[in-house]
Amino acid sequence: MARYHVNATINGDEVDYLCDPTQSLLDVLRDELQLTGTKEGCATGDCGACSVLVDGVLVCACLAMGAEMNGKTIETVEGMAQGEKLHPLQQNFIDHLALQCGICTPGLLIASKALLERNPDPSEEEIRLWLAGNLCRCTGYNNIVDAVKAAAAEMRGA
Amino acid sequence: MGRAPTPYGTMIKYEPKALHVIGGKPTDRPDAVDKVTGRARYAADINLPGQLIGKVLRSPHAHANLKSIDTSEALKLPGVKAIVTRDDFEDLENEFAASGELTINFKDVTRNMIAREKVLYDGHPVAAVAATSEAIAKKALKLIKVDYEVLPHVINVVEAMKPDAPVLHDHIFTIGVDPKPEKPSNIALRMTSKLGDIEEGFKQADVIIEREYNSAATHQGYIEPHASVANYTDGGTAEVWTGTQGHFVFRAQIAKLLGMDISKVKVTPCELGGGFGGKNNVYLEPLAVKLSQIARRPVKMVMTRDEVFRASGPTSGTNCKVKMGANKDGKITAAYAELNYQAGAFAGSSLNLASITVFTRYDLENVLVIGHDVVCNRPKVAAYRAPGAPMIAFGVEGVVDELAEALNIDPIEFRLRNAAKEGTQTHFGPKLGPIGYIETLEKAKASEHLKQPLGPNQGRGIATGFWFTLGMETSATININEDGTASVIYGTVDVTGGMRSAFSMIVAEELGIAPEKVRAIPSDTSVLGFNFMTAGSRGTTAGSMAVITATRKAIERMCEIAARKWEVEPDQVVFENGHARPAGSNVGDFEPLSVPQLAKEASWFGGTIAGHAEINVVNQGPGFGTHVVDVEVDRQTGAVKVLRYSIFQDAGKAVYPDFVKGQWHGGAVQGIGMALNEEYIYNANGRLDNPGFLDYRVPVASDVPNINAEIVEVPNPNHPYGVRGVGEVPIIPPVAAIANAIYDATGVRMYEQPMSPPRVLAALDAAAPKMAAE
Amino acid sequence: MSDLRYESPDSVESAVALLAGASGTTRVLAGGTDVLVQLHADIVEPELVVDIKRIPGLKGISRESGGFRVGANTSGMEMMDHKEFAAAWPGIIDGVKLIGSIQVKGRATVAGNLCNASPAADSVPPMIASGALASISGPGGNREAPVGDIAIGPGKTSLAKGEIITSFFVPDAPPNSGGAYLRFTPRTEMDIAVVGCAVNLTLDGSGTCTTATMALGAVAEKCITVPGASEALVGTKVDDAALDKLAEAASAAARPIDDKRGTKDFRIKVAGVLARRVAAIALERAKGQGA
Repeated sequence: MARYHVNATINGDEVDYLCDPTQSLLDVLRDELQLTGTKEGCATGDCGACSVLVDGVLVCACLAMGAEMNGKTIETVEGMAQGEKLHPLQQNFIDHLALQCGICTPGLLIASKALLERNPDPSEEEIRLWLAGNLCRCTGYNNIVDAVKAAAAEMRGA
Repeated sequence: MGRAPTPYGTMIKYEPKALHVIGGKPTDRPDAVDKVTGRARYAADINLPGQLIGKVLRSPHAHANLKSIDTSEALKLPGVKAIVTRDDFEDLENEFAASGELTINFKDVTRNMIAREKVLYDGHPVAAVAATSEAIAKKALKLIKVDYEVLPHVINVVEAMKPDAPVLHDHIFTIGVDPKPEKPSNIALRMTSKLGDIEEGFKQADVIIEREYNSAATHQGYIEPHASVANYTDGGTAEVWTGTQGHFVFRAQIAKLLGMDISKVKVTPCELGGGFGGKNNVYLEPLAVKLSQIARRPVKMVMTRDEVFRASGPTSGTNCKVKMGANKDGKITAAYAELNYQAGAFAGSSLNLASITVFTRYDLENVLVIGHDVVCNRPKVAAYRAPGAPMIAFGVEGVVDELAEALNIDPIEFRLRNAAKEGTQTHFGPKLGPIGYIETLEKAKASEHLKQPLGPNQGRGIATGFWFTLGMETSATININEDGTASVIYGTVDVTGGMRSAFSMIVAEELGIAPEKVRAIPSDTSVLGFNFMTAGSRGTTAGSMAVITATRKAIERMCEIAARKWEVEPDQVVFENGHARPAGSNVGDFEPLSVPQLAKEASWFGGTIAGHAEINVVNQGPGFGTHVVDVEVDRQTGAVKVLRYSIFQDAGKAVYPDFVKGQWHGGAVQGIGMALNEEYIYNANGRLDNPGFLDYRVPVASDVPNINAEIVEVPNPNHPYGVRGVGEVPIIPPVAAIANAIYDATGVRMYEQPMSPPRVLAALDAAAPKMAAE
Repeated sequence: MSDLRYESPDSVESAVALLAGASGTTRVLAGGTDVLVQLHADIVEPELVVDIKRIPGLKGISRESGGFRVGANTSGMEMMDHKEFAAAWPGIIDGVKLIGSIQVKGRATVAGNLCNASPAADSVPPMIASGALASISGPGGNREAPVGDIAIGPGKTSLAKGEIITSFFVPDAPPNSGGAYLRFTPRTEMDIAVVGCAVNLTLDGSGTCTTATMALGAVAEKCITVPGASEALVGTKVDDAALDKLAEAASAAARPIDDKRGTKDFRIKVAGVLARRVAAIALERAKGQGA
């Protein structure tokens, strides 16, 4: 099977990789680039654990081909913190106990980041609807909503 | 369960005292930072140089004789390095062992790991391949030729119990029936448990309610699929990195299945992406080890979501009959339940555990519980958070509600009149110690939730739950490092991420040092004595007992060092507030020594300060909870919306209260999922129709409201801080509470779970003529 | 799958040529939210995947005389975010909003939703009810077809080999028109529609309905239009009696199957329930009062 050479920017770094057409962006991130922060929960776009931003748009990495990513800018959870300084969402997730086992957390952080970039002051309902594509089995979503609200307030400087 | 605990078990009596750290918040949560940055390593994140990728060939048939397996073509495919089938594993004799809260039989475990005579469910492993890439491994699977002789299959528990049902195992003759049956059947076990005289009890009743309940099988739904990496060294050691709730139990299972000495197996528990009981059993690990042994390279195996649903261990689908009687004063006089629990392809459902929980919220004199453990052509069930309890609570809490209504007594009041308390005799043996059931009911009664008004088509339901807390073997080590910081090595897998913090807080409390000076470190099997798995809500309770025991030994050691330094007897030294000090002024005028100071002096005075514990924890206090839920029912579609949810539960002593509440939120939402939408759907061929998160419908964020949780604390008398297990109780009441709320909203009772829209609509439509007539 | 080829042409002509020239199964890749799922589950084993996302001119929504032109490569999120289009066609947006999750909508396109040909596709009923037309390019040239003609059965379209949809044209509705779409799912989000219903209607100056179209999803082998909708609503003020007739027409037209997502009986019943609710929303929008 032919392998395709792809150049992309991932978390600000210029990256290139080889992949075959059966490899999703998720496969490429985890298996070719060792960026294992993005998780596979279902590989069918139903759980959101593989959420990433491609050119600023929130997508499931399992639903994009690695081969499509030429010239694209990709952001994963590994790029959220600025050096040692955690992103307000990351810090608030910790402070509000929005994670237990943590497997859904990278996807939720990326999805929440996309929400706050678009809507800096979301209501509880808006948060729950936006995050409906991210399954969590441990927290019951309560603390996740609280964490997103708190991060939003902090980021607004409120 | 129901067995008397070992007389050599460890309990540490409750020590009421002022606490400085426990009950608050930890100063840091080391696991959390790695999790939010994506650096935490779960099993699927592990890659070893030179590794091969392993894949499993699975039966497409629900029931078939496995006549032959031909791997010759697959072996020729370039890149394929090893293939295993039943021929690569020894058959095992009957041998029982505890695995989490269920009991396993190794003769069955090896057959579940890889089929031998028969395939018994859609997804049953038949062969496994290790190859240089996933694509090649998948291609190789297609080249394996299997000759199946398809047999009739049976899926549903009631169908499987019928005399003419297809029989899965010729060696199953129902245990617990006298005389022994002449023919094999699918009923592996019949159990009975009783108290008093049930017939007499029903005679005393003024009202009797008898109902039948059917619950579909559900899956734990952890977001992380099973994953393992195995490396069989040329020196004969099997190293395994895996997602597990119990690495020592997995070590034992791997060793047994592969005929290896336990000393030659090392299991490292990776960060776990959810277990809830479903990661109490080996699936991929022994296959990966064997493949690695043959290929002489590491082998990594990860399940797809499809495989997780088809071939890991959901909980039982059940059929329950409940009959209860009460007198006009609202006292329950008789309680009967028949539990028919399907175990999947091999015997051993959670029937025995469920039977313990059936009525154990009530103080009763006349009880009869009968149960059947039934095999059928579905994956072997595993534990799922309070295994078996939600389904029978659906029944009992529903009948209790109906009794209360028939007698015109408020449902909380009815439960208070019959509430279990200290001294209540259970039907399965022990008397209950001090418990907090009544306190949770009182808290619910006084709650803000009950004051909220309800609108049209809205209703409120309450239900209660009980679960015990396991003890079992637990080992831990504490090392006081040269700089006075403490490293606590624990072996109870931290399934939620909160245990590490709890241990740090507990050690800080014991030593009187700051929690950030204590680091709790997970270990692999080579580092500690045996630890039973994190199951039965035992992680923090039993884990902390071992940690406390180890810490107290380290404290003795520190006293000994101070004694040597001061040239006094060890019993003349006490340890308080992080310092060793003379027991009294008569001992001498010595400056107290802090932990860092003692650590610095340790090597001269005999060596490093450490403490370790290898104990078998017993008699841990059970937990009780009361839930209140408000729903709104769309009468035209049967859709049920959860408007408000409150949890009142006894934690004994919450080490980290916010975290405990978080576990309760999660358990309640799993229960809501069970109540409303989650179910295994099989087609006519016995194949699973919904092996994915699209059609296996777990609650999403917009499906549930904000959940309110309030902690009650009635200390566990057998734990120094009074801690009780908390993780399982919250999943038990939701199904029943929602059913009771639907009744309150619509006047219609539900007897089938999940209470999905088509079922609710059908029940509403069936009741419509009756209601119109009223 | 070992011969799978990925191509990313930069013109419609080359895309058409690639697809027409392939001997085995092919797939067009826009958002990939159906194609990749099928690829990874081995439901489809194509020889060639043609990615249309680098073809200029296929993305975005623009005004043409008499309507909106929606490029085939426009994602669900882009449609939802297009203020003008969303204001003019809230019913279509009702459907688009329900396709999967935010993540899925970040990539999924209405063209893909249509060509995947699931009878339960959420954007199809309101597109049909709105009178949208698909612009198609193929080896034989360009043509237009009503959206309702494209999907003909589960997984089957009427497109000839080598044909792709390049855009949709949604002609402007007359004044006092409104459309809406509702679906029934067991959860609030993330489910495939058990029943989907779109109603578009137009009122005259006196508030009497002059045209009405109803399209039902997930109750037949493809999305169906219900002729009875006109009979039920035209000439009425869309009052309760008219809505009752509309509901009956919906239930009567539904010819669903039993499957893991719903039983026949449930779907037939709920088709009627939804018809009534959707028409009420469409009415409010036609009066200029709805959201």
